[in-house]
Amino acid sequence: MRYLPLSDDDRRAMLDAIGVASVDDLFVDVPAAARLSGPVPDLPMHMSEMAVERHMGALARRNVAAGDAAFFIGAGAYRHHVPSSVDHLIQRGEFLTAYTPYQPEIAQGTLQVLFEFQTQVARLFGCDVANASMYDGSTACWEAIGMARRITRRTKAILSAGLHPHYVSVCQTMAKFTGDTLDTALPTLEKGKPGDDMARLLSSIDDQTSCVVVQNPNIMGHIADLSELAEACHAKGALLIVVVTEPVSLGAVKSPGEMGADIVVGEGQSIGVGLQFGGPYLGLFATRDKYVRQMPGRLCGQTVDADGKRGFVLTLSTREQHIRREKATSNICTNSGLCALAFSIHMTLLGEKGLRELAALNHAKAVAAAELLSKIPGVELMNDTFFNEFTLKLSRRSRSLVRDLADKNVLAGVALGRLYKDGDGRENGLIVAVTETTTEEHVETLASALREALA
Amino acid sequence: MTINQSGWRPEAPLANGAGDQPTFTGNRALMLEEPLLFEIGSTDRTGVDFETPSPLVGEGRGEGTRGAAELPKNRLGGLERGAINLPGLSEPETVRHYTRLSRQNYAIDLGVFPLGSCTMKHNPRLNERVARMPGFADVHPLQPISTIQGALGVIHQLAIWLIKLTGMYGVAMAPKAGAHGELCGILCIRAALDARGETNRRVLLVPESAHGTNPATAAFAGYSVENIPATAEGRVDLAALKSRLGPDIAGVMITNPNTCGLFERDMKAISDAVHAAGGYVYCDGANFNAIVGRVRPGDLGIDAMHINLHKTFSTPHGGGGPGSGPVVLSEALAPYGPLPFVAKMPDGHYKLVEESSAAQDHPGTFGRMTAFHGQMGMFTRALTYILSHGADGLRQVSGDAVLNANYILRQLEDVLDAPFAASGPCMHEALFSDDGLAPGFNTLDIAKGLIDEGFHPMTVYFPLVVHGAMLVEPTETESKAGLDQFIGALRSVAERAKAGDESLKSAPHFAPRRRLDETAAARTPILAQRYLADEDD
Repeated sequence: MRYLPLSDDDRRAMLDAIGVASVDDLFVDVPAAARLSGPVPDLPMHMSEMAVERHMGALARRNVAAGDAAFFIGAGAYRHHVPSSVDHLIQRGEFLTAYTPYQPEIAQGTLQVLFEFQTQVARLFGCDVANASMYDGSTACWEAIGMARRITRRTKAILSAGLHPHYVSVCQTMAKFTGDTLDTALPTLEKGKPGDDMARLLSSIDDQTSCVVVQNPNIMGHIADLSELAEACHAKGALLIVVVTEPVSLGAVKSPGEMGADIVVGEGQSIGVGLQFGGPYLGLFATRDKYVRQMPGRLCGQTVDADGKRGFVLTLSTREQHIRREKATSNICTNSGLCALAFSIHMTLLGEKGLRELAALNHAKAVAAAELLSKIPGVELMNDTFFNEFTLKLSRRSRSLVRDLADKNVLAGVALGRLYKDGDGRENGLIVAVTETTTEEHVETLASALREALA
Repeated sequence: MTINQSGWRPEAPLANGAGDQPTFTGNRALMLEEPLLFEIGSTDRTGVDFETPSPLVGEGRGEGTRGAAELPKNRLGGLERGAINLPGLSEPETVRHYTRLSRQNYAIDLGVFPLGSCTMKHNPRLNERVARMPGFADVHPLQPISTIQGALGVIHQLAIWLIKLTGMYGVAMAPKAGAHGELCGILCIRAALDARGETNRRVLLVPESAHGTNPATAAFAGYSVENIPATAEGRVDLAALKSRLGPDIAGVMITNPNTCGLFERDMKAISDAVHAAGGYVYCDGANFNAIVGRVRPGDLGIDAMHINLHKTFSTPHGGGGPGSGPVVLSEALAPYGPLPFVAKMPDGHYKLVEESSAAQDHPGTFGRMTAFHGQMGMFTRALTYILSHGADGLRQVSGDAVLNANYILRQLEDVLDAPFAASGPCMHEALFSDDGLAPGFNTLDIAKGLIDEGFHPMTVYFPLVVHGAMLVEPTETESKAGLDQFIGALRSVAERAKAGDESLKSAPHFAPRRRLDETAAARTPILAQRYLADEDD
């Protein structure tokens, strides 16, 4: 077995040193009835590297890779070009095969990266501090609601209709068990501002409200000014939580922090991580200085060593499960360290100049695509504002159209029917994402496929 | 064997004084200092080039790219971004920055990484190659089902392996890491109890030796937690457990093998007692590497157990994740597992059961616990690892892991106190305490001394039931020569601690940093580099 270094002679010598006759004698504490006498039945035996690669390659080829299609799917995960140096660097064994930095003297590489990552996220979101990552955007969203409960000592959270429906589902799952009340609503395909429910949010806030959770740009791509909402929350002693599922947007769009958000969470997958069929992804979590001790997750902080040299450690760990156990701010332990590294490297390569150029390119391509597609008979652009994703209302049900177009190697977007039950015209809605990876040829391909399908 | 074949001793450069000689850079040859990104980067530097946006956008594009306001006909609703203050670097500078930082890390690729309960085993590189195949890496979670049959196939095949290896009924693949898996299992238990109308069962029993995630998870899911004591030999006190069972108990969370490195001999009796009292048994599977391929938790009456793919099945830890924590479930709990999940249809195709079809296909589900399908990138790696080993190789994995740990236990029990050594063989990790060290010397000194010997320390001060605990888990991917060198180093450090060698109190001496001031870090937290106006210079 190529991954096991012990030889039979080694095993013999070690058993002798231990003073037992066989490896089985080391399992005497397992009741005999539960001890298998040989390999687990009904499973294949070991395979060569080449044979495994062949098996997995065959499975991989049964998927349509986004790069092999005209691709317009977003809705919470976005296809961006990741510079090749990102993947080379994260595969350095010192990063890839390190553990959580519990021994800081020999983990300064990971720790300094986390400090830089926290700073990048905080600046991107317009916040004071960020943590060292969560699992993904959806779990970060729930953690933010829990944090707002601890800060305000209230249990009613108001969720915008424009929040990603899977994020809403995750919160609903958890709220059933924690006793939080969630005020939710289904989005409407309102012309001009699809998925927007600002009026509902403003009128729902009361002095029982712990937080309002709003996504910007929202699930249908609509961008809103949240400043008034932030003021309304603060007037009632509630927190504003803003969710960002497309961090590239913040190279062009005003940050949630600038609009008055108290907690900003997001999905960091767009930058450095890739699509990966939904995971591993990268939960981003940032807030104001004054709330830092209520934050979930790991935090890296700056300090000095015994010689006075600057160094970094995991800090404020009295919030965490390994110290506080049942009184911890979260149960999270392993997070998304390597994805945070990929995000940080990609962000370093971009810098502010590159991020702004990337955002401008995404927006320009999306605007061009929206203009072209909206001229097709049977297609109506619903958004007045958007970044790199917008919602079309089609003259037929979009879910079957998406399936039909997939057969022509066009991955046209996400049908609202995949995400929501029918009603209010949602069944005809299609969310279309356009990034720097989208070519004019792709847009033309989608346009002609739509023309044909809607004729 | 000779521990250090070259004969060089770390004291040598200090003894001749050259070790104190300052350098202009602060570097020490290959030990390189690296400034913060914010001290070397600037907002006008970048390591990426983009094409100019399409002229389709229209006319009026301004010079430069500084503000989104200069975009023609933009649809941003007047909400343009102000200064972000994100410094950038060119590609060569970026590669150098991160490469230099990487060299300040210890890693499995450098040597034994004996963190107890963490299973730091070799990460096969085939797994990395497979995970990067475009058919896995470049696939969107919301693609039409017809275009993701291979991805669903991976999830299904891995699910079958996990079910058969554990002898369980079903598996939930969604959880993102071990603690998320615990949450999944506990939510299943709560949903099952709610379905029975037994909403008064709100207490979970957790042994004192449990990982901190166990009580934290129980609280996160709305349960209160009560400790159950351990016996003198380091196992769950069955009598104490039984006496606490009753109508308010939802179940137990037990780690098996436990964090003292011992198999819970009474596991089946514990399960039977809990079931008889109307509760469920959650098993923390963090230590599954000790028994994989040899013992099936399903044969021990367990209702739910998470499997850390980043431990037992070698997906890389990456400096703190990502993990992956699928949860195998008993027939009693499987109906309550999370959405979405993959189902194989009679024609061989796979379908995805989501909210829209849950009412008919999975009506008992407790709901969704993450946005998409779990950690696909970890599934491909874990399945690759499992196929490489096969049922025979996995049996050898647990055998060698337990052999290596017992070898360490027996080679060191004369110099380090091993509180449960008399309890019989250990499983895949060996537990020592700080008993017998010279006054004023503790476990931390041993850990820091090991760093100077070129090793990552073991898990320290955990489990809490042992004073100054040192939990050593070598894993099966260490050679005997590597183990002998580690044992020699730990013996040497332990002897110094017993002899009261003061130089150990200030160790490490040879790492990129000396001991760091964690108290100061927590008292006045500096968690981000503040933006300074002169940073752009």
